[in-house]
Amino acid sequence: MEELMQTLKGQIVEQLNLQHIKPEDIGDDQSLFVEGLGLDSIDALELIVLLQQKYGIKLANPSEGPTVFKTVRSIAEYITAHKAA
Amino acid sequence: MSRSHYITRYVHIDGQSIYVDGGLLYRGDHMGTDFLNEAYKGIGLDYPKFYKMDPLSRLAILATEALLTGRKLTQEYSPEDIAIIASCAHSSLDTDLRYQQSVATAPSPSLFVYTLPNVMIGEVCIRQGIKGENTCFVSESFDPPFQADYVNGLLGEGRAEVCISGRADYLRGEMNAFFMLVEKNPASLGEHNSQTTKQLYDRQWKN
Repeated sequence: MEELMQTLKGQIVEQLNLQHIKPEDIGDDQSLFVEGLGLDSIDALELIVLLQQKYGIKLANPSEGPTVFKTVRSIAEYITAHKAA
Repeated sequence: MSRSHYITRYVHIDGQSIYVDGGLLYRGDHMGTDFLNEAYKGIGLDYPKFYKMDPLSRLAILATEALLTGRKLTQEYSPEDIAIIASCAHSSLDTDLRYQQSVATAPSPSLFVYTLPNVMIGEVCIRQGIKGENTCFVSESFDPPFQADYVNGLLGEGRAEVCISGRADYLRGEMNAFFMLVEKNPASLGEHNSQTTKQLYDRQWKN
């Protein structure tokens, strides 16, 4: 899980062009949207693309998005659960 | 109703340097998007969303930021009275091409939202708090008579009190931007008309 979260942080910075942020600056449990990292709705779509491209996982139910993409840890947990499934 | 409008400041960006009123504001060491990113730091801009924008929008943001150095238009004018009129030659082609490439694997939402040239104006409006008239024309070459008439019409009819007018173009690392601030204030660089617009636009090739 720890390794996956570190990988995810690098992929998020790259995919979302967050050039002002270093991957290690993103906390495992830091909120990614609004008051946290400040991501927006277009970033959410990019995260969906990231899941598909890097992990072959399609978000089956879009309403799950806010829960899945809440933090780096929640994304890692979702990937782990759906990779194993 | 005032019939004369005046150019109070102008900016050129040629891909290596930024000039304000003909004087050098910033000179970079790189080209293309590397220049845009280093200029962001070089002029002390603090706006992280900048990095997410397409190069055309980044160019327009840099140009208008330089144009408005030391001024906050929304403190001087109502946001609804500030207009921005721009033009470009290649529209959003640079981003269109990169979006087309992304379609082969996974279409990029963040590229798709920049596949219109007027998005650069939207980004400037968000950054500067502008809520007035805005338009982006696509023309192969700059057309000072058309653009000067359009801007003077807006100001003369009272549809705006101040206007940012100019041109920004970006394709495959080649870029060019020219923007003027047009106001009713006579303490200026010259009357805003086709002739002075063309003269100032042509000056960038002599920098």
